Amino acid sequence: MPGTTPGRRPEAKPAATQPQGKPAVKPSDVIVNEKVEVVQKEEKPVAEKITIGELHLSGCTGCLVTLADNYEGLFKLLDDYADLVYALTLVDVRHVPEMDVCLVEGSCCLNDKISVEELKEAREKSKVLVAYGGCAAYGNITRFCRGGQWNQPGQEAFVPISEVVDVDLYIPSCPPCPQEVRNVAVMAYLLLKGNEEQKNLATAYLTPLMQLAQRGNEACGCDLMYDVINQGLCMGCGTCAGTCPVRAVTMEYGKPNVNRDLCIKCGACYAQCPRSWFNFDVMNNYEGIMDAIKGAMQ
Amino acid sequence: MDVLGNYKSAISARSTDKDILKKSQDGGIITTLFAYALEEGIIDGAIVAGPGDEPWKPEPMVVTTKAELLASAGTRYTISPNLSLIKEATRSYGLDRVGIVGTPCQIQAVRKAQLYPIGMRDVDDKIALALGIFCMENLSYQALEAIVEDHCNQKMESIKKMDIGKGKFTVYTERGAVSQMPLKLIHKYVQPGCNVCLDYVANLADISSGSVGSPDGWSTVFVRSTKGNAVWDGAIAAGCFETKPIDQVKPGLDLVTKLATEKITKNQKNVDARKTVGLKADGTPKGLRNPYESP
Repeated sequence: MPGTTPGRRPEAKPAATQPQGKPAVKPSDVIVNEKVEVVQKEEKPVAEKITIGELHLSGCTGCLVTLADNYEGLFKLLDDYADLVYALTLVDVRHVPEMDVCLVEGSCCLNDKISVEELKEAREKSKVLVAYGGCAAYGNITRFCRGGQWNQPGQEAFVPISEVVDVDLYIPSCPPCPQEVRNVAVMAYLLLKGNEEQKNLATAYLTPLMQLAQRGNEACGCDLMYDVINQGLCMGCGTCAGTCPVRAVTMEYGKPNVNRDLCIKCGACYAQCPRSWFNFDVMNNYEGIMDAIKGAMQ
Repeated sequence: MDVLGNYKSAISARSTDKDILKKSQDGGIITTLFAYALEEGIIDGAIVAGPGDEPWKPEPMVVTTKAELLASAGTRYTISPNLSLIKEATRSYGLDRVGIVGTPCQIQAVRKAQLYPIGMRDVDDKIALALGIFCMENLSYQALEAIVEDHCNQKMESIKKMDIGKGKFTVYTERGAVSQMPLKLIHKYVQPGCNVCLDYVANLADISSGSVGSPDGWSTVFVRSTKGNAVWDGAIAAGCFETKPIDQVKPGLDLVTKLATEKITKNQKNVDARKTVGLKADGTPKGLRNPYESP
């Protein structure tokens, strides 16, 4: 965050419980360290909340606003499932604290030392680091930055956060969708605090989003060509065109046509495509999962 | 889950609405259900395959009246990317309760959009009714043109009805001519994406329907979700359909099961074959991307 003191405060040193070896490739990698804690807490029937923070790098604050766009759902999340321990304007905490889930908004400006430091600090202090939104995951419109802009003309090098730190999970799109970050928050809660069955569900749900983080940090409407049509997988459902936030994708004779001048490289079209991934173990249970999430939010 | 998916009931049914039956492909199930849901306020509008700018080329369309629904009734054997309007329907059209009809893959896309709404803001709880249609495979518009014009030797604009059944692709012209070609010959025109599809009867729809399994002019219906069950019960109570128990019609569920098994077995083989289609330098197989494993 601009304006904060660079470097780490002495009292903010990572505690003795150093986060596990990174990167976490599967959701289960995240669980392992938690197991001890869960066993200790077994006598307490009421599960504790997880802690979530939002680190704001070079983004437009649209991702943060998206979190608030859950309206009363955000209050429910904060009441029952997660404490917001760090976020621009929403939380009065200056330095990156320890947290279970860190949502990182924005790409990382390599010319801004504080950004790089805070990103590394967030990696150190969080169990699950989420690239939250198109900029953090794929660079998004900051991919087009060539510097020379008032009032920091020297800042021209912007990279997706995975160039600087290991990232566990992606939530693409610009802006991301409030319901998706809600679902991920609920699933992260189940993963870290739930019973065995809930952990399995959360693992199945989060796996593709973690695989997305492993897939790479370049996204473009071209993915629809390279990874769907060129691979012989497109069946012309139109999801990509319906998803694209800038209407860069149209359907021509049953197949997507990408206007690459309009594409902002947010990654939404490919991630939403039913042929990028389709996990039957989760989807076949769609009714139960949607009811469960709805129930959790009431 | 078996090849027919989870369902609460399977029925053979036909619409009681004469206007709809005149235009519908078989039993008029989808059109009638949407007409009923519009009337009852279960949906504010539906995304359907409306008329396009070329003969037999559908264009996804948001309809809010029965007249518009009737203009969209009947099957066109080519792609209508209905999902392209799913977010738009809740924005420009301002619908709070959206109906959508789609092939099995499109209904899969609907469920993914609800469970993983990555770029689908405020859509997940606005899908009020997702109706699925049975689908063996689909054709690009150009492929359909090749079939009708080259194989069946008829002009696209002169066709009154197209139908697939009993191993034949049949076209009926305005002037009464009937041209047929064996279904086997259309396989080379099938779009590649259909060859990895593992769903025949829209397992994830609220209600799915298709002609297979029921007598001519009737449709087989699977009522699947809680939501679908409520809508179906309401439509029956309102007298929208004549029904027959599925075990009392010919050819019945056995044929549906047979075709579903055939499709899924064949396509599962295709999915598996993709894993070893290439060759690495060390002599081991190199695979293509598998959407059922990872993005």
